Amino acid sequence: MGHHRAAALKLENVRKVYRSGDAEIVAVDQASLEVGPAEIVALVGPSGSGKTTLLSISGGLLSPSEGRVVVAGDDISDYDPKRLTKFRRENVGFVFQSVNLVPFLTARENLLVVADFSRRDKKKSKARADQLLAELGLEKRAANLPAQLSGGERQRVAVGRAFMNEPDLVLIDEPTSALDTKLGEQVMELIVTEVRARATAAVIVTHDTRMTHYADRTLTIVDGILDDATIL
Amino acid sequence: MKLALLELRRRPWRFAPAVVALVLLTGLLLTLGGLLDGLYNGFTGALRAQPGALLTYATDAKLSMVRSRIDAATTAQVERVPGVEQVGGLGTVLLGATVPGQTTEASVALFGYQLAPHGVPAPPEKTGQVYADTSLRAYGVTEGQTLLLGPKRYPVSVVGWVSDTDFLLQGGLWGTVDTWREVLGSARPDQVLAHGTYQVLTISTAAGANLARVAAAIDAATGGKTRTVTRSFAVDSLPGIAQQRSTFNAIIDTTFFVAALVVALFFILLTIERVGMYAVFKAVGASSGQLFGHVVLQAVVIAVVSFVVGALLAVAVSRVIPPQVPLQLSAGRAREVAAGLVIMSTLGSAVSLRRVVRIDPATAIS
Repeated sequence: MGHHRAAALKLENVRKVYRSGDAEIVAVDQASLEVGPAEIVALVGPSGSGKTTLLSISGGLLSPSEGRVVVAGDDISDYDPKRLTKFRRENVGFVFQSVNLVPFLTARENLLVVADFSRRDKKKSKARADQLLAELGLEKRAANLPAQLSGGERQRVAVGRAFMNEPDLVLIDEPTSALDTKLGEQVMELIVTEVRARATAAVIVTHDTRMTHYADRTLTIVDGILDDATIL
Repeated sequence: MKLALLELRRRPWRFAPAVVALVLLTGLLLTLGGLLDGLYNGFTGALRAQPGALLTYATDAKLSMVRSRIDAATTAQVERVPGVEQVGGLGTVLLGATVPGQTTEASVALFGYQLAPHGVPAPPEKTGQVYADTSLRAYGVTEGQTLLLGPKRYPVSVVGWVSDTDFLLQGGLWGTVDTWREVLGSARPDQVLAHGTYQVLTISTAAGANLARVAAAIDAATGGKTRTVTRSFAVDSLPGIAQQRSTFNAIIDTTFFVAALVVALFFILLTIERVGMYAVFKAVGASSGQLFGHVVLQAVVIAVVSFVVGALLAVAVSRVIPPQVPLQLSAGRAREVAAGLVIMSTLGSAVSLRRVVRIDPATAIS
């Protein structure tokens, strides 16, 4: 009997409600989703549709008001903030919309900072950072600060950082929003290449429908309601 | 931890406002502390150097050495008290001294002594010879010189140096009892003292003796004509000493508080500025404790660097101020300021803890 890897991400009837005085704002409503171990899913939707909230819940940045969130077999729905921190440190990689590199760290150090927080073996971490930088074509830029890198190079460093902790799931928020079409495509190709090379699952939030063809599946979310029909 | 140090190394200008403020505060703390130490030592050196654990004054002198008189009969009564091991007469006169080649008179306290104080040799062989306190070097006094004391210009020759023996901020001169008696007689003819009369008795007690009991026994034996106190009590009873210490200590404590406030405000502002960066760090798995450690480490490094620069500043200040200003920089005071600064900086940076804890990692992605 073959060994089946658990789904990288499983959301079951997830609901996220914010309260503002007496008013109740439903950011995500009864969302269910399953992302396979090496699957790339694009999540599209207009501004305020709840896609970032869904991404945050998937990565343990937010806890759902209702429903279950299972990442790589671990049900994180009821984790307290401390356990969620550990979970993110070990299981999830993030690529943020505004890249968010640490301005006073070199490209290599921006990767190593993740390992520093998790107190991983320094020698192994350095080897992994060097390997990632080489794969991303940044080996000659390893000692450069973010200000000395181009927009595309910074984005590549951010991608490398997301893979430093060997995550089960990579969550990518609007990776092309600050880039022109050509550069955006290059970055998406790079992300997809890295994700596929490691057989890692990824959820990419984007409003740019030109980029959805890089994903195995595209889901739309409108007013907090997830439509899991595949868009081709 | 490495992250905190890298930021300090690569963006030192970012921390410059806090460092500049702390350097100035360190310089101020060391200078204030140095002045307090200088004043205290300059006021009390002669008493602190006394070999006896007890000092006996005439009761009506109210612990004023200058007013106190103890005659030979009273001294004999004191010597017979059980527990008293050695009794030495001590007298002083405060006056101006003309220093050869100098236009400014030096203020001196000439002592005549029987029992050698700590750091002072046995009384010189001849009348008219004195050991001078090193503080008098600031007035141009040198060894071998003849100083002219008081209005009658009584000559005394400097035959050696002693240190930390000043009294009421007047440079200490230590000679025989006869020298003191003659100088006192020449300067204050109305205060000529009979042979065997001293101002104060310095009393060594037998090993293990109870000082309070011996003091009470002495005063009982003299029929209440004397008041015997411990050396430290006599020091603290010098006029203005307690007020001086409390005033300076209040200023020093306030300055430490200001240092904590500077660090607190600086790191609050820095933390507000870093909210985005800390949110990203939290999102990728940094704990609030790790980030708070980052803030505290930076505060401690800033305090240490500021202390070093501030100490150099204080040393520079001490070199340019007139030598008559009683500023004494000491390693003990420097250690105290360094430790205080590190503690206050740590406490100041701790104010950022609440803000660090409240940073929501979800904001990194929203």
